[in-house]
Amino acid sequence: MAAAHRVAAIAVSGSPGRRDVLQNLAAVTGCCNTGGMERQEVPGASGLLSEVAAAEAELRAAADRDRGGDGAGVAAGDELAAYFDEVVGADQKIEPRDWMPEAYRKGLVRQIAQHAHSEIIGMQPEGNWLSRAPSLARKAILLAKVQDEAGHGLYLYAAAETLGVSRAELFDKLLSGRQKYSSIFNYPTLTWADVGAIGWLVDGAAIVNQVPLCRCSYGPYARAMIRICKEESFHQRQGFDLLYTLARGTDEQRAMAQDAVDRWWYPSLAMFGPPDAESTHSTQSMAWKIKRFSNDELRQKFVDMTAQQAEVLGLNLPDEALGYDQPSGHWRYTQPDFGELMRVISGDGPCNRQRIEHRRRAHDDGAWVRDSAAAYAAKQRTRKAAA
Amino acid sequence: MTVENGQSTVDSQDWPLWEVFVRPRRGLAHSHVGSLHASDAELAVRNARDLYTRRQEGVSIWVVPAAAITASSPDEKDAFFEPAGDKVYRHPTFYPVPEGVEHL
Ligand SMILES: [Fe+2]
Ligand SMILES: [Fe+2]
Repeated sequence: MAAAHRVAAIAVSGSPGRRDVLQNLAAVTGCCNTGGMERQEVPGASGLLSEVAAAEAELRAAADRDRGGDGAGVAAGDELAAYFDEVVGADQKIEPRDWMPEAYRKGLVRQIAQHAHSEIIGMQPEGNWLSRAPSLARKAILLAKVQDEAGHGLYLYAAAETLGVSRAELFDKLLSGRQKYSSIFNYPTLTWADVGAIGWLVDGAAIVNQVPLCRCSYGPYARAMIRICKEESFHQRQGFDLLYTLARGTDEQRAMAQDAVDRWWYPSLAMFGPPDAESTHSTQSMAWKIKRFSNDELRQKFVDMTAQQAEVLGLNLPDEALGYDQPSGHWRYTQPDFGELMRVISGDGPCNRQRIEHRRRAHDDGAWVRDSAAAYAAKQRTRKAAA
Repeated sequence: MTVENGQSTVDSQDWPLWEVFVRPRRGLAHSHVGSLHASDAELAVRNARDLYTRRQEGVSIWVVPAAAITASSPDEKDAFFEPAGDKVYRHPTFYPVPEGVEHL
């Protein structure tokens, strides 16, 4: 669509009331369940949530501030570029109709699309257990979580569309393999405990990755991320809660929880991408304030947070080298197998083909619904025009 | 895509884009929360409910075809809003208030 010229984009509603509701929800977690399960505080998670709130407050504050210069008479190319740099430099947001460098636009489309695809494909591993959840409460929680992921995908496709691409085009690139999604979703969910491990580790890693994106220089992306991060915290907590319960169950349940953590730990570490030395897109992304921390910094942050949480869970992280380093205040850990990451990204993971096939089938199976709705809308329009 | 004129063809990929506004609580204004695709207004409202109010974020929803919105151009922003720039006397703080005056 010709709609880099779209007015609007994802916004975070300005009402304090709504924010309260979301924060309270996040604080209580799983308030929708039918009770009976112990609530556990996840160490470190409340800190992340307050970072999201801080990013939101900053977004508002930046909007109230004036940009550095007066920006008067922006017309010629150089001045547009200078104005763009000024806005980004002042931690202001770039909006859909503002001028932006073509590489900034392209890089954002690639990143947001890949992010959106990950949310949508990410519904599959957990969706696998919806029909076999061990209780109605767990089923309701998992259903809500998977629905959230669909919502995240849609917020992000909408944010990408503000950059002048169409959602259909992005779907097409996903299905034809020209755009990627997070490698983590190419691993299978073998037991119910995997649902817990995904919530705790995969959503946990996603949050660490995504919280800094709440401060991204592109307004629609930043606002979508604020919305998403608030919802993600429930995802992580329900996973933690699930594992905590299993870890205190029968020997078999405990073993199942441990096995799930063993299998998901290193793929979760790999979610932060290749080590900084081999990372290709980083420098420019940082200058444009799309990315704010390096892959290795974020990975370390995740390990620091998670190592402590594993102790509370009473489960082991499968890393003999794991240990707290007093002088640095960080945990030492073993790096994931980046060769494996590259193989899985390039199509050779356990479930790559299955994931895309499933996505294609779901898309094709839904065609008649979309066509019927469109035909109905066309008929109504014709009727209205005739009347 | 053909969304500019707000018409969709039967090709569902061309479902028009709708901008979504939510009133968080009674007494507050509707504010823009995002956008979505839907074949018609009725489905747009339903989709908006599922997408933007999964946690009771609103008591009322508006959907507007994105193509129906006319916006001021960001390129002419400064000139466009310039007339208000030199009228500081429209703000009460422009006027000095002598010491001792109350209720002004
Ligand atoms: Fe998500
Ligand atoms: Fe999630």
